[in-house]
Amino acid sequence: MNRQLKFSEAIREATDQAMERDQSVYIIGLGVPDPKGIFGTTLGLLEKYGAERVQDMPLSENAMTGVALGSALVGMRPIITHQRMDFALVAMEQMVNQAAKWHYMFGGKAKVPMVVRMIIGRGWGQGPQHSQSLQAWFAHIPGLKVVMPTTAHDAKGLLAAAIEDNNPVIFIEHRWLHNIADEVPEEYYTVPLGKARVMCEGSDVTIVGTSYMALESLQAAEHLREEGISAEVIDLRTIRPWDVETVLTSIRKTGRLVVTDTAGAAFGVSAEIAATVLEREFASIKSAPVRIALPDHPCPTSPALSDHYYPRAGRIALEVKKMLGHKTVAESLDASPGHRLDVPDPSFKGPF
Amino acid sequence: MPQQLDSQLRFKLYKEMLRIRIVENAIAEYYGEQEMRCPVHLSIGQEAAEAGACAALEKWDYVLSGHRSHGHYLAKGGNLKAMMAEIYGKATGCAGGKGGSMHLVDIEAGFLGAAPIVGSTIPIAAGVAFAAQMRNEDRVVMVFLGDGATETGAFYESVNFASLKNLPIVFLVENNFYSVYSPMNVRQKGDNRIVDIARAHGMEAHQADGNDLDGVYRLCSQAVTRARTGGGPSVLELITYRWREHCGPAYDNDIGYRTEAEFLSWKERDPVAAYERKLIDDGVAAQHEMDLIGSDLKQEVDAAIAYAKQSPWPNLDTLSSQVYAN
Repeated sequence: MNRQLKFSEAIREATDQAMERDQSVYIIGLGVPDPKGIFGTTLGLLEKYGAERVQDMPLSENAMTGVALGSALVGMRPIITHQRMDFALVAMEQMVNQAAKWHYMFGGKAKVPMVVRMIIGRGWGQGPQHSQSLQAWFAHIPGLKVVMPTTAHDAKGLLAAAIEDNNPVIFIEHRWLHNIADEVPEEYYTVPLGKARVMCEGSDVTIVGTSYMALESLQAAEHLREEGISAEVIDLRTIRPWDVETVLTSIRKTGRLVVTDTAGAAFGVSAEIAATVLEREFASIKSAPVRIALPDHPCPTSPALSDHYYPRAGRIALEVKKMLGHKTVAESLDASPGHRLDVPDPSFKGPF
Repeated sequence: MPQQLDSQLRFKLYKEMLRIRIVENAIAEYYGEQEMRCPVHLSIGQEAAEAGACAALEKWDYVLSGHRSHGHYLAKGGNLKAMMAEIYGKATGCAGGKGGSMHLVDIEAGFLGAAPIVGSTIPIAAGVAFAAQMRNEDRVVMVFLGDGATETGAFYESVNFASLKNLPIVFLVENNFYSVYSPMNVRQKGDNRIVDIARAHGMEAHQADGNDLDGVYRLCSQAVTRARTGGGPSVLELITYRWREHCGPAYDNDIGYRTEAEFLSWKERDPVAAYERKLIDDGVAAQHEMDLIGSDLKQEVDAAIAYAKQSPWPNLDTLSSQVYAN
């Protein structure tokens, strides 16, 4: 009971259990069977399932995505991994033109049950090409599903659900979540795709967060509670299809929306959520929605710059207070703790 | 195992090749009615490569293709009526009207699908072969591509992977010298580049006359047998020529990218006419037998077009369905 597992271990366990349950599941990706095992998420699988089902691959992301797709067409359930989302971009053709379309364009005759794991980097100088958060790109494409778990519990259940799903699912992990532990049941379970989770209930404002930003939102909500502000935090969990009803239900109660996202605000998931809420629930809205996401420029490498790139809990709390007309603007939460902000916790020693 | 190339099989191959010719000619003939409202890429002139290659496969083997796929679909046993209905955008089409000419599919016949993004189905086919290998199935995959597709990264990546894993696949390149209007010499260097790429990856590769039906069948049979018996993948480059424009029903030798003289020299090498002469010379068939087959096929094709025309449009509720599989 109350077994604690890190997010990365939960990913590993979901993969392990899915492979045990279903012979057609296999995992392939650069470094999958190597000694580091994709940040620990694939460790031990090679020993248990053998080199046929746990495979390294050539540095051919585009073709290998096609290979995964082709194998899925005839009944396999591939999981293909990218250690950074940025590398998956060379496979956009296979994901967008092919994987997303084969079911529709062949009139339902083809099915593409595959999972594409991608990891978002942050900090320690990940820089412009190792830190991109492009969930909106994939969410824009009908035929793809996009999942972004926040907790270890959901990482396990959502990955299991993604593997069971008969469609291409883009499964996005934030690198800063990998080491965070949570209560994770030992038995196999799924968390349904398309369902958000209310992390804490509140009545003054709804804060919708994705992935790591859901945790920042939760921290902001705790701070706001001390200030007498009741914030409801929703962990979106699935980006496409996203859980419109859970968000609208919350908005009907609070009348205020803040959306936090790990990606850029412009043309992003936060924009889609804000637009949908305004279109569908305008009558309940008491103040203009606020998006808290990345600024409109690439991520720099130097910690002196990147420390100022990512919005954090203090910024979320500040925006909520402004929205509610609170005069206090002290940003105590984000006050410099005297060390760099480019690591998730002091135990993180780089380089990835 | 592929059959011996006896008289019976040769006549069957001829019929298959002729059927593709008659279907493609019919599409060209009816296209002007503006009822086939999708791009069509006709393979008139290339039928020997298509019929000969697919005849080397078993029914349970798989084929994937690109934009010019009618011949591959038919030669693999794809349903003609469903293909015509698909081109006409009808509910009875093989993809329910969602795909059109560029997205033919017939799973039962082993034609897994075609897609017009040049090069894209090459790795997908490799993945199908990869699955067959992982599951230890007696199954060979053949993927059709053109000379242009051998310039894509997907081709190199797929050839590398297929060779690395010794996949049961045949990469069948129909080299017709033109990518739309762009000739080989603005795209590739050297006459043996395509087979050299394969050989550089440690793969069996051959270049051959794509208009020689018997030769195509023999070469493909060897490659298919090799793949089936664990001998690994092959690249086969079949030299051929498309008679009509890249996309559409017309001849376009007058617009300046190739010459009428070049076209006529290839028309002299018409694979259908050449094979008819051969069958007569070898005593396999008489002219009147072939004429009879031709008129039977014409009736079949006319009936398929009538079926397509009479078929209903797709129901509007299919517009937004099948985005996701259950």
